[in-house]
Amino acid sequence: MLREYQTVKSIYGPLMLVESVENAKYGEMVDIEMENGTIRHGQILQVENDKVLVQVFEGTSGIDIDSSKIRPLGKPQQLAVSQQLLGRVFSGLGTPKDGGPAVIADKYVNINGNPINPYSRDYPNEFIQTGISTIDGLNPLVRGQKLPIFSGSGLPHDEITAQLARQATVRGKGEQFAVVFAAMGITFEAAQFFINDLTDTGAIERAVLFINLADDPAIERIATPRVALSAAEYLAFDCDMHVLVILNDMTNYCEALRQISAARKEVPGRRGYPGYLYTDLATIYERAGRIKGKKGSITMAPVLTMPEDDKTHPVPDLTGYITEGQIILSRPLHRKGISPPVDVLPSLSRLKDKGIGVNKTREDHADLYNQLYAAYARGKEAQELATILGEAALSDEDRKYMSFANEFEKRYVSQGYYENRTIEQTLDLGWELLSMFENTELKRIRSSFLEKYMPKFRRNS
Amino acid sequence: MSEQIKGTIIKVAGPVVTAANMLGSRMYDVVRVGEQNLIGEIVELHGSTANIQVYEDTVGIGPGEPVVNTGAPLCVELGPGLIESIYDGIQRPLDELYKVQGSNILRGSSIPGLRRDRKWHFRPVVKNGTQVQPGDIIGEVQETKILLHKIMVPPGMSGRLENLREGDFTVEQAVGILVGSDGSRHELKMMHRWPVRHPRNIKNRLTPNAILVTGQRVIDTFFPIAKGGTACVPGPFGTGKTVVQHQLAKWVDADVVVYVGCGERGNEMTDVLTEFPELKDPRSGEPLMKRSVLIANTSDMPVAAREASVYTGITIAEYFRDMGYTVALMADSTSRWAEAMREISTRLEEMPAEEGYPAYLASRIASFYERAGRVECPGMPQREGALSVIGAVSPPGGDLSDSVVQATLHVVKVFWSLMAKLAQQRHFPAIDWLTSYSFYKQYLKECFTARRQAEEMDAMIAEAMALLEQEASLVEIVRLVGAEAISSRDRMAMETAKSIREDYLHQNAYHEVDTFTPMQKQYEMLKTILHFHKAGLAAIEAGAETADIFAIKVRESIARAKYLPNDRIDEIAAIRNVIDAEIKQLYGQKTVA
Repeated sequence: MLREYQTVKSIYGPLMLVESVENAKYGEMVDIEMENGTIRHGQILQVENDKVLVQVFEGTSGIDIDSSKIRPLGKPQQLAVSQQLLGRVFSGLGTPKDGGPAVIADKYVNINGNPINPYSRDYPNEFIQTGISTIDGLNPLVRGQKLPIFSGSGLPHDEITAQLARQATVRGKGEQFAVVFAAMGITFEAAQFFINDLTDTGAIERAVLFINLADDPAIERIATPRVALSAAEYLAFDCDMHVLVILNDMTNYCEALRQISAARKEVPGRRGYPGYLYTDLATIYERAGRIKGKKGSITMAPVLTMPEDDKTHPVPDLTGYITEGQIILSRPLHRKGISPPVDVLPSLSRLKDKGIGVNKTREDHADLYNQLYAAYARGKEAQELATILGEAALSDEDRKYMSFANEFEKRYVSQGYYENRTIEQTLDLGWELLSMFENTELKRIRSSFLEKYMPKFRRNS
Repeated sequence: MSEQIKGTIIKVAGPVVTAANMLGSRMYDVVRVGEQNLIGEIVELHGSTANIQVYEDTVGIGPGEPVVNTGAPLCVELGPGLIESIYDGIQRPLDELYKVQGSNILRGSSIPGLRRDRKWHFRPVVKNGTQVQPGDIIGEVQETKILLHKIMVPPGMSGRLENLREGDFTVEQAVGILVGSDGSRHELKMMHRWPVRHPRNIKNRLTPNAILVTGQRVIDTFFPIAKGGTACVPGPFGTGKTVVQHQLAKWVDADVVVYVGCGERGNEMTDVLTEFPELKDPRSGEPLMKRSVLIANTSDMPVAAREASVYTGITIAEYFRDMGYTVALMADSTSRWAEAMREISTRLEEMPAEEGYPAYLASRIASFYERAGRVECPGMPQREGALSVIGAVSPPGGDLSDSVVQATLHVVKVFWSLMAKLAQQRHFPAIDWLTSYSFYKQYLKECFTARRQAEEMDAMIAEAMALLEQEASLVEIVRLVGAEAISSRDRMAMETAKSIREDYLHQNAYHEVDTFTPMQKQYEMLKTILHFHKAGLAAIEAGAETADIFAIKVRESIARAKYLPNDRIDEIAAIRNVIDAEIKQLYGQKTVA
């Protein structure tokens, strides 16, 4: 039986304080009925005796103290899940946005989920071929991994996520694949680009979209990634699908969280973000993974825009500490016309060593990427030196490494958004580029691999 | 504490719950919160109200629900069955939880830390009738093939032994009777409890006197950690803190390893869980898991339990130290622990110090690291144990002025500084040789005295470090004016320094051989690289071209020495003869020309 209260005491920012509420529970959902009959949604953030603090997802504008009615729903925030989710578009809170009917629930799940027991996790070690050389060759993605894309305003992260959604496959297996896309505060255009891309390739039927646009209520964004992940968990662990979750853009999510924190007058941490930002982000990101005895998996690609391309900003910084690596986009490369402009050196996939090698990709993969990295790092240094001193001042060796770096960027990094390379193509391209060096310079590759693979690529001698 | 204290919840704010009518409660008493019996701990008392930090998610808890005081502080269970376990932050076995609850962790469960149904074979080592004190070893249990679990008289108990007998017992069954001087009789069990926030009793503290061998070249040779020492590994993300910690947990020369995954990634713990049972300890040949205890409170698990996890870990580590063992504890990451403290502190509305951290941050960190050390254990027979603590720190943006880093550097004796730049060059471990330090270098000699190489190793380390420093000062000059502008001797120094970096300091954790280098191999490798330096300098004196020296063929063997299996260390010494031969050839060409 629902109780109703008309005892709003104060309203500030996205929060309202309600008195004389009986039996309220922490984290419980409430409906807020406004004077004109409109219903808004809220959640209890704090309860003290009979006073409750409610966060209003749609914002508090237009709510008054006298006539607003509060109805505690007696349950935490839930999402109705079933296979019917596929092919649909929802709001950031999970209500249909495509004009279709409400989803007939197979079951209701708490959007906050429960932490995965580390003992029940299965180690991610299945290589996902994305067809992008800088990812497959140098920062391989594996099933169950969370690999964010650190981007900046004006950089093509939308194109890359679309390419990922289109091309990512585990080879040699005909398994069910799904994409869950959560948009948080992105523009209509960016969302539409993604939807169109999925529609053109027919992938939309295997996708679920949760859209909170830039002009939608900011507080709603707090729920959006959790709603999306609840859908993903259902598809992965109840329906045995391999789900790729794209969260775009986590920076907007964090700003919404900061807004709530400021309204609650909490002690701010760095740059005004709350001290619990790490824990909060972890409860989102850690929902990716594989579970023992379940066929499906959740692989996550959160996108975040770094204010002023600053990697030490709290959002990318804390994200980097939770996720298993990061793909960083580079503005200078983008300006050079290299696409995708992946900044190879600071990018990293922490799980790469488990997903590659014999029977997964190829035996020479690990040595090869180590060598490519080392050579490119050296070449990059030479490039920088050349801009200060001029190319003429470089030693012969530096010049060789510099030309390697240039070739590497032009051929290996740059491939466009519609070229889908197999892992063999990517690896062979690496060998081809390295063939400009003598074997003695390739210290990171063991001799047996040099003898086996290199001769094919040496043109003369 | 005969009567249970029962209170009522009046406020819930995230992980902090306030309860009324709690008069009689003590600070840090453990309480069960709400109808779901969540586990919590009292962190503040105001009159009859108590503030409680709850170790589980508090969604769905509200005012009016009961709070029951258990009358005891947060304890861990100590006894046979710890090894090979994986616990959460408050010693609940995750493997048992998985069997009961499935893949996700639900609330309100209470499974004891030690299995009650398992029987262990107990063998007494003292005779009935002996007078015993706390800490005296009375018997043994072969817990795993490589770990002999010594059963000690629990703290606070003493008297004359009766009815101590060999046999198979569970941890709750009496293995003997202890008769006190007043005639009171107490059952002696293999298990006892200890409050995690209190260091265990010791007889005397001793200063460290030996190196804890890790098999990691940059650590053992240049920045060693002692048995009973403390170290910290700060670095921005992606610099390999966790890989360093894992490498240490795998290869460190300790009898017992306690690994605390504190607020870190779930998949990393899975990695440890899948890898440790398969990896073999290089000394005993047994799986590494047979000497390890894992604590996993990943970042998505409740924050208050994360705060407790390092204490749970170190208490278990102290318990094994008390048996006279060398124990190593890895905490990854202490920053997450500090953040948990901050989060609780914020909810308690305490006045914050720097960056929102509580003012007691530094003293908590200091007292945690002070629990490490080499000690004389209480009880008979006389024995020494050592506990080394290695903490990872994850400073925001890699900024070493961060409060947690600074508070940690005040107390630790070894500092392994991880550099983003080295990591980007894929130089791993990315420990910077110029800024790192160790106060335990003087103990390194001990590893070499048996072979009379101590003085030599000392000199070599000094020489190698000098070369690396020389390189650092030369590299800027070379950048600006080119390598031709510096003398041949300097060029030789730079080339050798490069060889030290690439062929010695760089170590591949994922290569089957390179992942662990015994001390003797470290000696041979370093000696060979420096031999190349000496031979090169001699050749320069004789008029050889640096370019020719750098190009001698044997350098490929020097570079690949690290991949030589550990039973073929002799071959490294042979490389030195080849260096001599090839350098001689250079003179030869010179004289002919």
